[in-house]
Amino acid sequence: MNAAGLTPAGWVAVLVSGMLFGAGLTASTMVRPEAILAFLRWQDFGLLFVMGGAALVTGLAYAIAPRVMREPAFATRFGVHPSRFDAPTLVGAAIFGVGWGLAGVCPGPAIAGLGAGNWPLLASLAGMLAGAYVQGRWFGRDDPGAPAGAPAAR
Amino acid sequence: MFDALFPHGIAPYLIGGLVMGAGVALLYVATGLVGGMSTVFSAAWSFVSGAAHFAQPRYVGSRAWRLVLAAGLVLGAALWTLASGQVVPVTTVPVSLLLIGGFVAGFGARMANGCTSGHGICGLASLQASSLAAVVVFIATAMATAHLVRSLA
Repeated sequence: MNAAGLTPAGWVAVLVSGMLFGAGLTASTMVRPEAILAFLRWQDFGLLFVMGGAALVTGLAYAIAPRVMREPAFATRFGVHPSRFDAPTLVGAAIFGVGWGLAGVCPGPAIAGLGAGNWPLLASLAGMLAGAYVQGRWFGRDDPGAPAGAPAAR
Repeated sequence: MFDALFPHGIAPYLIGGLVMGAGVALLYVATGLVGGMSTVFSAAWSFVSGAAHFAQPRYVGSRAWRLVLAAGLVLGAALWTLASGQVVPVTTVPVSLLLIGGFVAGFGARMANGCTSGHGICGLASLQASSLAAVVVFIATAMATAHLVRSLA
């Protein structure tokens, strides 16, 4: 199944999007657990500008693009973030925060950190894969009706 | 006051955040896709695990683009490091903490269906109350945990 029904140009766009995200994570020093921990320990609140700046630009795109474009440039449908206001979301967020606070590593930096040469983050990456497996295998909720955040859900 | 809150200024943080936002915005404008990073872990398992949970369309149908996006993260980080000449110091956080923290964060992010990027960027950008609540909760528990770890160390 061709995920998302992307054209070749669309696949290039996905790769370039990831490259921008990885470059931004590196430029903002978020690939350093020490920088995250400095925020969590109230020594440097710069992380608020990382998240805020990224959310601002993203929010403009989410708000404007569907109004001025009939469909995405290289696909057929604009997706939505499948977020729900329920107990698993809040409990999961609380658990996620504990892990984030233990090591100062979240999924984006764990992946991008490899490109930046921060090799010990491989341990976090392995941990995240294991955590995602345990969660999905034994605690996962199956909701085939939920939007996949991707046009592939059609 | 400002120096106490932002000892390294705000420029690198704001610039990095805007570049990250440009990436997520491009993803949306070009492909209509919305995605944080944590789903890639469950989606990757769909290649090797026969468990029913990982066989869901939301993983099987998105695993290819999510892996391409993740590859872009590694590539973009490498190119930025090379082009800027900035050397990223290798972390001194103990490997045991990195591993355990990663496990707990991975479990929680998948349970919450989002992490710092899924809820913190995509969710906030689409003005979802559930994501705002998730962000407030995970920042609170992360701050409590980080302070606790330092006091025990």
